[in-house]
Amino acid sequence: MSQHDFLRQAESGHNLGQQTPLLTRWHIDPWLISLLLLLTGCGLFVLYSASDRNLSMVIRQAVYLGISFVVMIGIAQLSPRFLSRCSPWLYAAGVLMLVAVLVVGDGAKGAQRWLAFGSFRFQPSEVLKLVMPVVISAWVSRQVLPPGVKAVVVTLILIAMPVALIAKQPDLGTSLLVGASGVFVLLLAGLRKRVIFSAALAAIPALWVLWNYLMKAYQKQRVLTFLNPESDPWGSGWNIIQSKIAIGSGGVYGKGWLLGTQSHLDFLPESHTDFILAVLAEEFGLAGVLVLLTIYAFIIGRGVFIAMNAQTVFGRLLAGSITLTFFVYLFVNIGMVSGILPVVGVPLPLVSRGGTSLVTLMAGFGMLMSVHTHRNLLARG
Amino acid sequence: MSLETFKNYSQEGRIVNIRLLLALVCMLLLTAVLISRLVYLQVDQHDDLATLSDENRIHLRPLPPTRGLIYDTHGELLAYNRPSFLLVVVPERVDSMDHTLAALQELIALDDSDIKKFRDRVRRRRPFEEVPLKYNLTEDEIARIAVNQFRLSGVEVSARLIRYYPFGKDFAHSVGYVGRINERELKSVDASRYSGTDTIGKIGLEKYYEPILMGKPGYQEVESNARGRVLRVLKEVPPEPGQNLDLYLDAELQEAAVKALGNKRGAVVAIDPQTGGVLALVSTPGFDPNLFVTGIDSPTYSALRDDINRPLYNRATLGEYPPASVLKPVMALALLENNIVTPSDRVFDPGFYRLPGNEHKYRNWKRQGHGWVNLKKAIVVSNDTYFYAQANKLGIDNMHSFVSRFGLGETSELDLGEVRPGLLPSRIWKKALYNQPWYPGETIIAIIGQGYMLSTPMQLAEAIMMIANRGKYIKPRLAKNEPLNDDSSDMSSNLVEKRPESRDVKLQNDAYWDLVIDALDDVVSDQTGTAYWRIGRKRKYDIAGKTGTAQVVSIPQGEKYDAEKLKEFQRDHSWFAGFAPTRNPKIVVAAILENNKGSANLVRDVMDAYLLRPGMMDDKKVAEKSDAVKSSQGENG
Repeated sequence: MSQHDFLRQAESGHNLGQQTPLLTRWHIDPWLISLLLLLTGCGLFVLYSASDRNLSMVIRQAVYLGISFVVMIGIAQLSPRFLSRCSPWLYAAGVLMLVAVLVVGDGAKGAQRWLAFGSFRFQPSEVLKLVMPVVISAWVSRQVLPPGVKAVVVTLILIAMPVALIAKQPDLGTSLLVGASGVFVLLLAGLRKRVIFSAALAAIPALWVLWNYLMKAYQKQRVLTFLNPESDPWGSGWNIIQSKIAIGSGGVYGKGWLLGTQSHLDFLPESHTDFILAVLAEEFGLAGVLVLLTIYAFIIGRGVFIAMNAQTVFGRLLAGSITLTFFVYLFVNIGMVSGILPVVGVPLPLVSRGGTSLVTLMAGFGMLMSVHTHRNLLARG
Repeated sequence: MSLETFKNYSQEGRIVNIRLLLALVCMLLLTAVLISRLVYLQVDQHDDLATLSDENRIHLRPLPPTRGLIYDTHGELLAYNRPSFLLVVVPERVDSMDHTLAALQELIALDDSDIKKFRDRVRRRRPFEEVPLKYNLTEDEIARIAVNQFRLSGVEVSARLIRYYPFGKDFAHSVGYVGRINERELKSVDASRYSGTDTIGKIGLEKYYEPILMGKPGYQEVESNARGRVLRVLKEVPPEPGQNLDLYLDAELQEAAVKALGNKRGAVVAIDPQTGGVLALVSTPGFDPNLFVTGIDSPTYSALRDDINRPLYNRATLGEYPPASVLKPVMALALLENNIVTPSDRVFDPGFYRLPGNEHKYRNWKRQGHGWVNLKKAIVVSNDTYFYAQANKLGIDNMHSFVSRFGLGETSELDLGEVRPGLLPSRIWKKALYNQPWYPGETIIAIIGQGYMLSTPMQLAEAIMMIANRGKYIKPRLAKNEPLNDDSSDMSSNLVEKRPESRDVKLQNDAYWDLVIDALDDVVSDQTGTAYWRIGRKRKYDIAGKTGTAQVVSIPQGEKYDAEKLKEFQRDHSWFAGFAPTRNPKIVVAAILENNKGSANLVRDVMDAYLLRPGMMDDKKVAEKSDAVKSSQGENG
């Protein structure tokens, strides 16, 4: 270890002169942290309006932000090598926690998602959002790329176990996102195109099985409502209809901060959580949304840059998977709020209210920073 | 670990980077999809969605106008609006109707019929409309609801003006009542005018004058939140209250008429012959119109509807009875005008009349006959034989054309919707209905107002008023207000258009009027007159009038055949129609008592109540006029 530290310091010294800057010493990527601060800062403004000027809610969110930034920086201190080595243990711990949830977990609204240690409660499925890309990246990076049939099958089994356990809670949305973060690793690792196409073909009967045997009635209802929201305008179609009205009535320049009638008069449900983008679109118009999307684009762009410049295959796969998963959150949320995807409970990343998802996402960015800042002179796996 | 040694790191790194670039392209494409979706919503669809957003928050709240008040001729209130607190529910905002109703039942007295009526209303209401649950809340109940408001979402206490009829049943048929608008009525009116009003005139003047009593609604543009709570008023247009109605009806006289009718079935119509103003219009038994205002429950309603005495039925304008002998003065004028008889022509009455070559005897009401009878005597003693003998000389065609000029067989022009035309038979009518020719025997029955002939009390009052006014037609009216004429579908305006010529009856000799009026006076004042012993003997002023006895042909439909009742319902109806004072008529009264005697006394009571008021008879103008009448008579005689 001391040899690595020495090498890193020597490299840094070589590039940046005699004094080691604070950011570098703490493994912080200046680009990423600036963009994240900008995005979360904007998010607080929108939340203030979306919560109908509920200052205490904004302060609570700011506190969560503070915690999540600390977590991010903390994670950034762990080297990718360390993460890779830990991955079998992480995987075992993750699966055990998911089993524990099903056996002794706390329920809410008919779903068991929480694990309690005394007064501290957390969702193991959130942890899996981080564990999955690490474990799969570590496993795949030890195979010859592109992966062969045997490696792919083993990888899919590794992905499937936690996904099935989360789906059983039941939490279909999270299980799909967790599964996606694992599948992204496989795709990035150069999974052959014919495998991808045959998987796409196999998805059709799989969807049939999903619809008929695995999905719960409320989940089917969401999809049906998405396909035809006007069929139930007072019930489950309400969210989509009101969200579209909010976005559309904002026009190009919006109604102005704190002046959105859809959210302030309670027509828009979930306005400070999943549907917060509709508030932004209503009050700041298309212009506001484009500004926000630009910030997201820079963050994702930085993520892709970090991935492509990572020294190890593990680093590239991990950073790539985290960035792609982040984009999926963004895409699913905006798609759902603007009515081109069904309403699944996915928050707008880093902007919607909620502490757990904030911490998870920022921890992911901590890993990106780790990948980018822990550099070896010797490139190794 | 052994595999790792053969790994080609730079080759593998390149594979991942190519895939990362592919992923970047995919992300860019998907982002483009999102942006185009947002552009579609925020640019292309902006106008539509902005309108929807405004429709979400801005609502037009109707402000109902105050209904016009109804006064009698002396300014006594017959119908007004009194504030009432009611419990309303907006079903869209109630989470669970059963729970809410159960909670309300713990707080205030709500019986099952209230809840049943409420559920009926819920089925027929418009979306987001407040549905009344209970009327006339007490202050205590209001307080209890206010305290529990937080757990009663969708429940509110609302102040509303409720129509009230202080005289109760006395004006039930004339003033009528308002009641809850039903769907059929909503289709026939401009529904937007009624969006804030839940009642409409159902019968009587309330219905006839609905267009002007209603007023014009205003509205408020309000901003409300998703739960429907009004946050602020953006714009307000105040409602215009409805016009008041000033009636000719005289509450004191009306009450006197109701009292005189007592518990008998019958009707009274009193008209001021100088103005045509209807002073009293009563049908008994009556009912309390206040029952209908907030919705009558079905047991009470069926009790009223199925009552053998038919309290809901306005006998005064809808009841069609054989006019009987009351029509004799009109028939007498028909004989004179058509030169069938002269005043001095005589007929011998042996107690019956026989058509030449026919065995059938048409009997006089007095079996032994009246001996030699001229026209005047025929009226005074109500001799039937005299008229039988002239019937076929006059003929049904002349009879029909003359009598119809007195309004028989025609719908009255009274400002009331519930009027029937009665029946004045003719050859054409009989051919159309029965496909049979007219028989001479039918003319004989018709001339004494029996057979097919039917008339309402209102029509007989109008006919007698024409005699009182010596042929001048005056349109009868209940309200002093301008007649309704804006609506082309309005019945009265159509009738006016159809009859551009005057309805006045002009006779070839004005002395005929005097002859008939004298005869009518003798009916009451001469000892041989049919009404002398009943009302004429102790009269305080001169009365001209005519008695009538209508034979009941059939038993009323759909009633129980109770032996006692059957007998009662087979008895004759008694009529009396007349005016007073004879020489200067101030009041015309027509009355009928179903299956009962004594309508002359009834008319006398009503006339007394009107004419014996202080100042009524010692009017100077009256005296002058009466002199003038006498002098003109002298000239003619």
